[in-house]
Amino acid sequence: MKILACVKQVPGTNKVEIDPVTGVLKRDGVSSKLNPYDLYSLETGFQLAEKYGGEVYTLTMGPNQAKTAIRETLAMGAAGGVVISDRRLAGADVLATSYTLAQGVRSAGDFDLILCGKQTTDGDTAQVGPELAEHLGIPHVTNVLEVRLAGGAEEEEEAGAGASGDMRGSYGKLLVRALRDGLIVEQLVAMPCLLCMEDGVNTPRLPSYRRQKAIREEQIGVMTLDDMKDRNEKAYGLSGSPTQVVRMFPPQKREGKEIYDGPEEESADRIFGLLRERKMI
Amino acid sequence: MAGLHIYQEKLTPELAARLAAVCPFGALKADGAGLSVEAGCRMCRLCVKKSGGVIVEQKDERPAIDKNEWRGVAVLADYSHGRLHPVTLELLGKARELVKVTGHPVYAVLMGHGTEQAARIVAAGGADRVFVYDSPELAEFAVEPYADAFADFIRKVKPSSVLVGATNLGRSLAPRVAARFRTGLTADCTALEMRENTDLVQIRPAFGGNVMAQIITPNHRPQFCTVRYKIFSACECPPEPGEIVPMAMPGAEKPYGIKIRRVTAMPAEVDISEADVLVAVGRGVKNEEDMELAAKLAELLGGQLACSRPLVEAGIFDAKHQIGLSGRTVKPKLLITLGISGAVQFAAGIQGAECVVAVNSDPNAPIFDSAHYSVVGDLSKLLPKLVGKLKARDEARMDTTKQNGQAARKPAAAAEGFSQAAVREEADHVS
Repeated sequence: MKILACVKQVPGTNKVEIDPVTGVLKRDGVSSKLNPYDLYSLETGFQLAEKYGGEVYTLTMGPNQAKTAIRETLAMGAAGGVVISDRRLAGADVLATSYTLAQGVRSAGDFDLILCGKQTTDGDTAQVGPELAEHLGIPHVTNVLEVRLAGGAEEEEEAGAGASGDMRGSYGKLLVRALRDGLIVEQLVAMPCLLCMEDGVNTPRLPSYRRQKAIREEQIGVMTLDDMKDRNEKAYGLSGSPTQVVRMFPPQKREGKEIYDGPEEESADRIFGLLRERKMI
Repeated sequence: MAGLHIYQEKLTPELAARLAAVCPFGALKADGAGLSVEAGCRMCRLCVKKSGGVIVEQKDERPAIDKNEWRGVAVLADYSHGRLHPVTLELLGKARELVKVTGHPVYAVLMGHGTEQAARIVAAGGADRVFVYDSPELAEFAVEPYADAFADFIRKVKPSSVLVGATNLGRSLAPRVAARFRTGLTADCTALEMRENTDLVQIRPAFGGNVMAQIITPNHRPQFCTVRYKIFSACECPPEPGEIVPMAMPGAEKPYGIKIRRVTAMPAEVDISEADVLVAVGRGVKNEEDMELAAKLAELLGGQLACSRPLVEAGIFDAKHQIGLSGRTVKPKLLITLGISGAVQFAAGIQGAECVVAVNSDPNAPIFDSAHYSVVGDLSKLLPKLVGKLKARDEARMDTTKQNGQAARKPAAAAEGFSQAAVREEADHVS
């Protein structure tokens, strides 16, 4: 099974604040790390590759430093990775990001399975995965708990004809258990497909020192817009982004804390009013 | 192409260094040759503002789309497995507010199988027209047929804005369809405003919620956004029930690759770290009666009971109910603590709680530092009053639910006092 895991390098801390007076974004430190949600999809990939044979490759988009994130995935067990980095990609929103990744996937080769994390800690949209699947024309499932290769004639037959994308590979079907609004859905999914893993579904492995030492530079590829099939600059970055951030502002702080220290009956009334106001009842 | 342009000749080394420091993403690099923008740029335009004209934003010349071709605000009826998610009615409520600016209609699109009852509820909840795709292929949610039907609706009806609930279903479907139309999608909006030119102003928290971003989709239609449950309110007095328009299920754009085998309800017990409402008890809850009342309070609020460490050590609770550093970190919308003093280890576990109501008899208890609402008083006196009020309200509501249940079958009458409980009950009947 040839597996591709999409990852992202995110800020080491989420403590970005906005100065209420000057409107300037204040950032705490410049450290960065691998998006924690991606660790579960990486681990899923490694386990599938170990169980059924195959390799896990990783893909990211970001500044040149994002190579560090790819390096980390190699130390965990990935066979190779690619960074898509180009200043013409700057200012990409969900659509432009997913489109860029789709172009990257097409240039990187054929995959049976593409894995994404649930969301990132900096963007928090949880939308890039499904949009990527749409650009690639393959089915996707979100909030995935468990994946295995579908076995047995019955499961094979039930899955019906596989999706015919323009990606070629040795396709089978996966048996996928996923969460959906209080339900657990078990489904057969034809490969190639894209799965967004739920968080906490496994125990991600740690990078190994031995692997880290063994990383060769040629395992990390760098792609620019010139390596894509679609080289139209207007489909990427800010130009390819339908959404536009027009303003950033600090959130309204809840006006000071309230103290209810009257008789208990009165406090009960006030709590009741509060619950109603906050739509808890 | 669009992006930042830097007039290098106007730069001084000092200005270059200052601008590089301004960038919150470290994407501006000052070097011998001047200043350069790297791939990490998020186009926050801070440097543009601070540069005194040295950095300017270049915009693309693009043909403007005809916004008049796209009319109305559409709401996705979040329906699957015979259940209509109540976020649907909240979105309809918001849509009605938004169209006051433009005078456009409110649409809903409902996909599923055996949808008659749900369609009536949606029609009575504020939609002028409900477009219904009813097909066996849509009996359970699978993204491919749902996306095909949704896309068919958009091509035929051409709504200007599309509101989708940020449920698991909505978060899977909305990006799929938005990408198909190569248009913008803003996740988890906390506020929406309509401009007269039909641009939807979408406000969402960014960078971990410490910054709010105002986002528009100026030159693409439709404008997609997702909104979480319990952000907006259902219509208080919806207009006359809207028209139900049956639609034909389009043929598959591609053979479907997903086949649903089995759908089962989740085990009832939810992890406290995922709960929206928590009632946490501590050492200050001294007797059986208070403990029972605390459990009742959690039940009435649809939440779960949690505790602080001493109660686990005393063997009263299992460790998985414990909040704190050695227990679980929680992020509920509402946390009520009862008789918990609030040691730092406990406080560390509740930082993510949106609203903390703390009850303690000691006015100097450290829990009050973490609380938004500090209630000083005796639990044994307060709890019976509070639980009593909630029970009384619940009973009153049960009566109206019964009435509404009947009303919903006569859509004209359903306009009065539509409660979410009624919708859920109705939706259950459909299954």
